[in-house]
Formats: sequence, C-alpha cells, structure tokens
Amino acid sequence: MKEEAGSYRPLSYFQLMEVSLRELLVEKGIVSEAEVQATVEDMRSRGPERGARVVAHAWSDAAFKARLLADGTRACEELGLDVPALRLVVVENTPAVHNVIVCTLCSCYPRMLLGIPPDWYKSRNYRSRVVREPRTVLAEFGLQVPAGVELRVHDSTADMRYMVLPMRPAGTERWGEQQLASIVTRDCMIGVAVPGVR
Amino acid sequence: MSAARFRPGERVRVLRRYPLGHIRTPYYIRGHTGVIERVCGEFGNPEELAQMRSGEPKQPLYRVRFLQREVWPDYRGAPQDVVEVEIFQHWLEKS
Repeated sequence: MKEEAGSYRPLSYFQLMEVSLRELLVEKGIVSEAEVQATVEDMRSRGPERGARVVAHAWSDAAFKARLLADGTRACEELGLDVPALRLVVVENTPAVHNVIVCTLCSCYPRMLLGIPPDWYKSRNYRSRVVREPRTVLAEFGLQVPAGVELRVHDSTADMRYMVLPMRPAGTERWGEQQLASIVTRDCMIGVAVPGVR
Repeated sequence: MSAARFRPGERVRVLRRYPLGHIRTPYYIRGHTGVIERVCGEFGNPEELAQMRSGEPKQPLYRVRFLQREVWPDYRGAPQDVVEVEIFQHWLEKS
C-alpha cells in the first residue's frame, strides 16, 4: 500500500500508544481534539524569541542580569514569561568561561524559552560527545574556544533547565533591546555559537 | 523530606552503584569526585516517581562540578575544563 508520498510504514509502539491514549482521552471527554490540536500548534510555533528577549534585557539592565543569574525562573516571571514546572539556571559566558548545555540522558531543554530543540541536540552523537570532547564538538559548529578559557559543560540530568547568557558583542553599545535580541540565536543560548555583529 | 547534608564547596564522591530502573545519575560520572557548586532545592525522587509512587521523601538535588581530566583520563581539552551534573543526595557521599 502506498501513501501519497513515501511508502507505507506501520505505526511504531510509541506512536500507537500516543494515538490510543489520545483517542481514549477524547472519548472520555477529558480533552477535546481541538484542545490537543491547539496545544500542538502552540508548541510548534515556539521559537527562541523568548530566550533572546531575556538575554537582550539582561544585556541592557545590570540589576536584572544579577537577578537572572541568581534565580532564572523568577527573573523570567518579571518579564511576564511563565516558565511552569521548571527551574531555570542561567549560566553566564565571560572572557574566562564558556558554557555549553547538553542532556546526556535524554533531551531536557528549556522549551518555554527556546522552543522545540533542534534534532542534533537530541542526537546520540551530540549527547555523548559534547560531554567527552566538547572542544572538538564546538569546533565542528565553527566555534573555537581559546585554550585559556574554562569550558563548562552543563549536563541537565534532573529538574533544572539551563540557558547560556552569551557575552554582548562589541559594537552594540548604542543598540536597543529589540536590535540586540535579533543577534541572539538559539545556538548562542545552547552555547554552540556566540553572537556577532556583521 | 531529607535535610541537605552538603554545602557549596564541599568535596563529594558519586556512588559507584548500578541499580536497575529509572536512574538520573549518568554512568560516566559514577565513582568520580567533585565539588558541590550549588544546592538546587528538593525534588521528588525520580527513581520512585518512575514506579508511579509518590517520590517521597523528597531528595536534595545538587549541582556538582567535576574536572574533565579526572572524569576522562584521555581528555584532550584544557586542564581547567569542567563538567557540571545534577545529582541527588542519596547518590553522594563525603569525599
């Protein structure tokens, strides 16, 4: 049997479980199809904009930055960003320290700030290697961390979620928060890239 | 709940145990010694939660900092490089 694109493949165990559970919840009136659809759409539409806004605000307001580093969750709430069921730890890049985030056990990721994680973040290749040979992996992303800089790998193994606060690049002194946010990419907040001014 | 037994700056060793089940202590860090970076708070024990039990007593959770060259004998990065891992108190002992 052929579908419109590609060949037919039976559902995997987990796909079947998902469909069964969803259909049961709808049948019993616990959620509606429309609610499921709306939640999926909401998750899909999330990108790293929220995280970039947090970074740009921290670059512009030293007192906010101090609060963000002390308690990431509470500082995000100040900006009206709800980070439910999540303890956010923000780690700061400095001239002496570069941070990079991974979840070696699965794919924990600050979704509410950065959206859906990229596929490579969930890959075995990244998860197993960035903890063991981080400088080699970062070089593959095009990022050379100088030998004198301390490289800190953060393995999110339990209840914390991590976001990197990159260094504000030179040449952005007169920029407003919106312009600053435009150079803060997802990869900068994972720690596999650093923001730059073209 | 269990009281936090370790403070930031203290040296701790991760237990070298291999129980079955849903364990949030990565294999690669078991048996290694590091320093408490911060106390994260108390959280339901994931090994219990995964069995559909209450997760009580809650366990203090720590971020522990390890030197990469001590974790990986063949580590080729810089000597000051570190890895930080979240570890529950019942997986730690004083070093």
